[in-house]
Amino acid sequence: MSIIVDHLSYVYGKSTAYEVRAVDDVSFCINEGEYIGLLGQTGSGKSTLIQNLNGLLKPEEGSVYYDGADIFDKEYDRKKLRSNVGLVFQYPEHQLFEADVFSDVCFGPKNMGLTRTEVELRAYEALKMVGIRDEDFYISPFDLSGGEKRRVAIAGVLAMKPKVLILDEPSAGLDPGGREDILRLIDSIRQETGMSIILVSHSMDDVAEHAERLLVMYKSHLIFDDTPVNVFSQYETMNEIGLGVPQVMEVLTGLRNKGIPVRTDMITLNEAKNEILRVFGRC
Amino acid sequence: MLRDITLGQYYKTESVIHSLDPRVKVIGVFVYIISLFMIKVSQGYIPATVFLILIIYMSKVPPGYMVRGLKPILILMIITGLFNLFLTPGEELVHFYSLRITKEGVRMMIEMILRLAYLILGTSVMTLTTTPNQLTDAIEKLFSPLKIFRFPVHEIAMMMSIALSFIPILVDETDRIMKAQMARGADFENRNLIKKMKAMIPVLVPLFVSAFRRANDLSLAMEARCYRGGDGRTRMKPLRYKKRDVMAYIVLILYIAVIILTGKLFGQV
Repeated sequence: MSIIVDHLSYVYGKSTAYEVRAVDDVSFCINEGEYIGLLGQTGSGKSTLIQNLNGLLKPEEGSVYYDGADIFDKEYDRKKLRSNVGLVFQYPEHQLFEADVFSDVCFGPKNMGLTRTEVELRAYEALKMVGIRDEDFYISPFDLSGGEKRRVAIAGVLAMKPKVLILDEPSAGLDPGGREDILRLIDSIRQETGMSIILVSHSMDDVAEHAERLLVMYKSHLIFDDTPVNVFSQYETMNEIGLGVPQVMEVLTGLRNKGIPVRTDMITLNEAKNEILRVFGRC
Repeated sequence: MLRDITLGQYYKTESVIHSLDPRVKVIGVFVYIISLFMIKVSQGYIPATVFLILIIYMSKVPPGYMVRGLKPILILMIITGLFNLFLTPGEELVHFYSLRITKEGVRMMIEMILRLAYLILGTSVMTLTTTPNQLTDAIEKLFSPLKIFRFPVHEIAMMMSIALSFIPILVDETDRIMKAQMARGADFENRNLIKKMKAMIPVLVPLFVSAFRRANDLSLAMEARCYRGGDGRTRMKPLRYKKRDVMAYIVLILYIAVIILTGKLFGQV
């Protein structure tokens, strides 16, 4: 199960005054089970790029291959693709519509044409996976809290059992506790199901902590495709394009500038803590 | 997907039409629409067409962009056209079984389609060259004499401007919700009408929820800025007629004169 993106370009409002090349000549591939962080400022083309991955938008040039097949081929079954490449939009709770939580999660698998038993089984599993209590299954989704609504919406995509799960800023607009919950939830989903994850994010700390590989978009181009440590070692460039580096890296760099010989290639809080303790000789 | 709807979307550029006083444009559109219904003879469509083409050219809005605004009413235009084609009595040209096409029918069809198209195009010129704010200002000013009858002019103008500025926002929102549901396997391309309608529920419910949420947020924001209606409010940019606005009115009067004249000239024939 892999996705190959081949020289993809997407243009909004072609041949109007508003013509914008939102994605320009982007190529990369996603392997099975990978956890990828997709970074970039607002307007850098992240959201457009991910909508090309499941065929919601059709690129101007280039193409996307899923499992070796061109998804923009005329004969290709894009409806089926969308159950394999699950996309959770920004503020996914805005898409809830059913009278109760359970039916809403059933929407996705029902559209796949599965049997009723299978649909309900999948909805049940998905809701369990995102940690919704049994007694909340039959209340209106609009009565849930913000964080719960979001988890229900994510369950709505999970119930289709995708092979690749793309989440567009899943922690936007949540409080710090809620953010941490969502990110932990994504980690546990990945462990349980082994799906590949693409996490679109603004937070360097979040992706540093969770992702194995980073893709960095800047002004419609893909400028980095590397491990978090390697990407964040481009300290100057990351600051220049307005993204920055994880906070712990800032601290370590600050310490180093003060003459304390710490290594600065630590990106998670734990690594940084150990490094500082090592230098101060307390381990 | 839904970005084709141009009505209510401002097209930013600099042109004579853009810089006109919005009152001129509101009155202009009003007069143009009336003139379309005044036309009794086919020749009357010539000045109406020339005038519209001239205005569109002067507005510097790409014609393709403007014509795209006709797409939503295409079906209406076709149905109107067909009804007029088959149901107008007169000199028969051809007939299949009980359906007959008459000379008058062909003429009526062309005229009705032109009239509908010009109605939309004329209004689009205004909405594409005038920001919703300018539009409300103009309407408020034009209707302000009604205030003596305790007619809530300001409130209605405010409601209109909010409605207008929400059109593109809600269009974008619909687009987003449709995509989100498509990502969950929803199918909007089904040809079956009942299935098609059923498929709209997952779009309409979130859309209404979001419209209410936005309305709520907006009213809160307005209250937070002490909005309390129109009394005693002053303007940052008060509307004042300039020389080019007077010229525009003269052109408008000339246009109406030409329309009446063509009606008189060819009417007797």
